[in-house]
Amino acid sequence: MTITERDRHYVSTTLSEARVNLEIETDGMTLNLGPQHPATHGTLRIIVKLDGEQVVACEVGAGYMHRGYEKLCEVRTYPQVTTLINRIDWLSHFANEVPFILAAEQLMGIEAPPRAQYIRTIFHEMARLGNITLFLGEMGLQLGAMTATFYAFRDREHVLNLLEAVTGGRFHPNFDRIGGLKDDLPKGWVDECHAVMKKIRGFCDEMEDLVMGNEIFQVRTRGIGIIPKHIALSYGLTGANARASGVDLDLRRDDKDIAMAWKHADFKVWTHPDGDSFARYWVRLQEVRESTYIIDQLLDGLPAGPIMAKVPRIIKVPAGEAYVQTENPLGWMGFYVVSKGDLGPFRVKIRTASFNNTSVIPWVCRGLYVPDVITVLASLYFILGDIDR
Amino acid sequence: MIPVLAELAYWQQSALKVVGVLAAVLVPAGAFVQLFLFKMVSHLQSRLGPMEAGPHGSLQALAEITKFIQKEDIVPARADRFVFKMAPFIVFVTVPLIYFAVPWGPDALFSNIDAGVFYVLAVSSVSVIGVLIAGWASANKYSLMGAIRAAGQLIAYELPMVLAVVGVVIQAGTMNLQGIVVMQAEGEIFGFDAIGNPFFLTQLVGFVVFLIAMQAELTQTPFDMPVAESELVTGYMTEYSGLRFLLFFLAEFAAVGAFGAVASTLWLGGWYLPGLDIDANYMNLVGPAILFGKILFIAFLVFWVRFTYPRFREDQLQAFAWKWLIPISLVNIVATGVFKVVF
Repeated sequence: MTITERDRHYVSTTLSEARVNLEIETDGMTLNLGPQHPATHGTLRIIVKLDGEQVVACEVGAGYMHRGYEKLCEVRTYPQVTTLINRIDWLSHFANEVPFILAAEQLMGIEAPPRAQYIRTIFHEMARLGNITLFLGEMGLQLGAMTATFYAFRDREHVLNLLEAVTGGRFHPNFDRIGGLKDDLPKGWVDECHAVMKKIRGFCDEMEDLVMGNEIFQVRTRGIGIIPKHIALSYGLTGANARASGVDLDLRRDDKDIAMAWKHADFKVWTHPDGDSFARYWVRLQEVRESTYIIDQLLDGLPAGPIMAKVPRIIKVPAGEAYVQTENPLGWMGFYVVSKGDLGPFRVKIRTASFNNTSVIPWVCRGLYVPDVITVLASLYFILGDIDR
Repeated sequence: MIPVLAELAYWQQSALKVVGVLAAVLVPAGAFVQLFLFKMVSHLQSRLGPMEAGPHGSLQALAEITKFIQKEDIVPARADRFVFKMAPFIVFVTVPLIYFAVPWGPDALFSNIDAGVFYVLAVSSVSVIGVLIAGWASANKYSLMGAIRAAGQLIAYELPMVLAVVGVVIQAGTMNLQGIVVMQAEGEIFGFDAIGNPFFLTQLVGFVVFLIAMQAELTQTPFDMPVAESELVTGYMTEYSGLRFLLFFLAEFAAVGAFGAVASTLWLGGWYLPGLDIDANYMNLVGPAILFGKILFIAFLVFWVRFTYPRFREDQLQAFAWKWLIPISLVNIVATGVFKVVF
């Protein structure tokens, strides 16, 4: 019989509980972090068993915000589904639409024209900027540095304004269409976008000084919540969380077949060997910088041409199955779409990054102190809508 | 006692003193809330802050107080009612007790206590009891953790605070706060006596240690684990609402003023500025203004740090106190003693 990591985890948890109770004979305290708690970004429930302030065992209860998106998708037509899935991870808005649209396009056997692909990629990266800049400030807030959050909100505003200028929506653009995009870019938008990218890079420098360079921040995050490489892989961590554990995996670079423009941009995928909370912050900070360079490059190479392929007025997707996943701000997001040739999908399965990323919390929180649990929660960075769907 | 007031009856003097102490507690507290919490921090964080109540939002503090008074006073069902209701008052009463010993001018003092330094440090720890019973009586896990953290932290940082003050006491040769102010005004630094001897020049180490310990005593970031809002909701204050929460809140800000007054009396020369006549009668009017200015300066430092830094973890905070602050202040005492004997 082979002992898996899971068995070992179980044995060590029960053993540590037994040890604590034998040694000092105290009753542990069970503390409910959530569902209503300032550090859980919404309604995640984390049940921690404490010995003093040390966590003996930890359990995650998700599902307090389950909205049944997979089922709701089945009673909608394809164009209507994009409105819905915008709201899964409400900070990554446009990036949620992309994998679904790509899956539908794959089933129909069409591909968006190059200009549409470029603009899609640019917006996908902008969703990343809007999402991760907020994380960079939010992490400071969770550790008590209030000011950083407001700087994050200030600079995210520029990105949202750009999105609004094109799509009319700040949080839910609902802009992606099967076969292309709804509209072209307005006049003068490209120059404005370049200016904003410069501002975001300035914001990154600021965060490097204000948050990451702060000694107290480093004391609080370095060596806290270490996720080794094999644990990251076995729990299915993706995105920056995996890259901070030294897993060199990025679908933007690795997936060459996908109909997006990342293959035309030259960028570096940053990894960090440590796997602690500081590494996760560091990787995300570099990711935002890299993302601004991607947008700059794509804007420079933006091809002319149509933004919509030839699609029928009433979209009927032929029968079949398709699975497409992209590298979203929080990690991999995949849509498995099954069609029976109707106006709407027969079945949709959504794979979201946060669900897997939070599954590692019980493993990583054991033995930490309560304030460190908050650090780990903040650095793993999940969005509640992305866990529960 | 100011000559004019000395002719009044005893009860009249006492009534005036009560009014004076209340003013000394509430005016700085209100000023800090308005000036630092509402306005300074807003502009630091590139936002405007409250703008509606009064010109540039200048009456917001009053509006907030009115709001809190109107709120319902909720006592949790499983709380220890009497203790729960009493706790905020114990926390709040510390502040007037500290102000009671601080001199505001040559004759403008509430009480001239010979062991003033000793008294101030003693009463400043009374608030711990209030915090502890608030956390315990709330019947809430977060409150309990907050209260225990607060107790551990306040005890740990009492020590460097006392040790930092010892340096000043050695140099001044008196524990009377008024005496310390006079010593600073009339002192000299190795024969140079143009500006007297404000002790922050010769006792800089003690001053810095005191400021850090003060930050911890006031549970301001980076030492705000007792109320860490992202971990413990608001710690020992979680279950409080309405007027009782307001008392906690005011006590927090008023305590900044009280500790600021002590720090400026001990290190920044108190109510005296170089170049003024220390015995003149007008100092009884100018002195409070000068001291208030110095309190504002110290409070500015406190809030500036508060809104910039992240917070420590509880064990790191203890390590910082025992491994760094206490040894440093002990060395400071030894050095001060040696200098005092040699020169």
